[in-house]
Amino acid sequence: MSALSGTRAEAPPRVVSWPRLGGATLGRGLVTAYISLMVLIPLAALTAKSAEGGMGAFWTAITNPEAIAALKLTLIASLIVVAINAVMGTTIAWVLVRDSFPGKGFVNSLIDLPFALPTIVAGITLLALYGPKSPVGIDVAYTRIAVVMALLFVTLPFVVRAVQPTLLELDREMEEAAASLGARPLTVFRRIVLPSLSPAIISGVALAFARSIGEFGSLGLLSGNIPYKTEVASVFIFGQVESGTTASAAAVSVLLLCVALVMLLLIGLVSRWSLRHGR
Amino acid sequence: MAARHPLGKYGLRFAALGYLTLLLMVPVGMIFYRAFEHGAGTAWDSVTTPDALHALYLTVVMVAIAVPANTVFGVGCALLLVRTNFRGKALLNALIDIPFAVSPVVIGLSLILVYGSTGWFGSYLIDNGVQVIFAVPGMVLATIFVSLPFVVREVVPVLQEIGDEQEQAARTLGASGWQTFRRVTLPAIRWGVTYGVVLATARALGEFGAVAVVSGHISGQTETIPLWVWHQFQNFNSTGAYAGSLVLALLALITLFAMNVSKRKESSA
Repeated sequence: MSALSGTRAEAPPRVVSWPRLGGATLGRGLVTAYISLMVLIPLAALTAKSAEGGMGAFWTAITNPEAIAALKLTLIASLIVVAINAVMGTTIAWVLVRDSFPGKGFVNSLIDLPFALPTIVAGITLLALYGPKSPVGIDVAYTRIAVVMALLFVTLPFVVRAVQPTLLELDREMEEAAASLGARPLTVFRRIVLPSLSPAIISGVALAFARSIGEFGSLGLLSGNIPYKTEVASVFIFGQVESGTTASAAAVSVLLLCVALVMLLLIGLVSRWSLRHGR
Repeated sequence: MAARHPLGKYGLRFAALGYLTLLLMVPVGMIFYRAFEHGAGTAWDSVTTPDALHALYLTVVMVAIAVPANTVFGVGCALLLVRTNFRGKALLNALIDIPFAVSPVVIGLSLILVYGSTGWFGSYLIDNGVQVIFAVPGMVLATIFVSLPFVVREVVPVLQEIGDEQEQAARTLGASGWQTFRRVTLPAIRWGVTYGVVLATARALGEFGAVAVVSGHISGQTETIPLWVWHQFQNFNSTGAYAGSLVLALLALITLFAMNVSKRKESSA
């Protein structure tokens, strides 16, 4: 941005007002109106609903044993999922950047498939392979393992796509220097590569975590939604909405929303930190 | 370094490809097998029932409204964020990402609380004969919500990278704001816009959670393809469910192809 304002100061004032002042004001108004109508007003209504009965009602809603079980499962499953993602995502990114083998381009474009594939299809695909009629004899349907697997599927691209560009830009001279000074590959990775990659890994992990705690579509079929066992928070909220108890659904929703916003904030902080400290 | 340790190199390659095979490739391949298990004719018949065709039609309606709306908003918003300064810019920037972070179910619930029969605007709208929730308008709103950030997020970095020298030159030479946008800015950002549109389309086609909450899932009336697939699965029509999934998976593969093409064009532009 600073480079931009630098050119602004030198140019004559007539030219810099792009788009013209009137256009910019109008545009700003339209953009604000659109995002308010589409996003802000609904979320405000949600927050208002959750606060309707006061703090007491909010607290009762989120400490209902079924809600607590669902929230606990959501958090634990998401933590397991992001831990696996951090390791496997970095490994996949490494193999895609540093290794070369036939079909690499195909594998690389396949990584985005979970983003393109509707979540309901993700659930059905996993059920087809690892469900009751599994051709390989593995049946994890309606268990907590199924919850973790579905989340692993839908969050697969986040860490890979965050780490890949950083790894591409990484200067390999440092690694070669360390290796020539006798460092073992694992030491080189831990001391030289990992510190440069960690901001990318953290932001990928945060995105995957935010996605995990809100995931719904892929879990509906695969987890069986058994209360206290495989029911995650979003499925619990769905059940509450269907049975008409919107106030308690809103309370749990606000809690999820807050966790998601903290994640967004974390991503912002990490990206600003890594910008300031160079790469 | 990896080259000097073939064992580590092959180990990593094996781990990465094995993980992708078990989690991604084999399960997706299974859909093809399951859909055609009872023959291609059965699969075709199950996705050409009136309810299924209506679901397809409604899915197209969702995309046809949500994607253009979010594209116009996205390009305008990206221009504002990159080319102008105003108070509240950081806030707007943060708001854009909210749909990525919020659970689809929460989005659906929020819309019910605004447009439902007891919601903020709902009673007024229903009194005037406009039904939003459990009807198509609510589903459109849900689809717009979930696919809102894609175009903005793809266009902002492109605008930052191209800078504004060319735009300023055009303005100095007497082009109007609209001419500058159409002749200079738009050609420069077009692959970024395309990429964002592809991502938004994929999301709009496949959205399940948010639409499921507001639709009331009435067969032949408020079902999109993902909802129809879900319904077939609940009714033990597994051939229908897998054939519908196959349709969605094929759309996803087309999306993936379009993503790769527009990304390559974007980086070579």
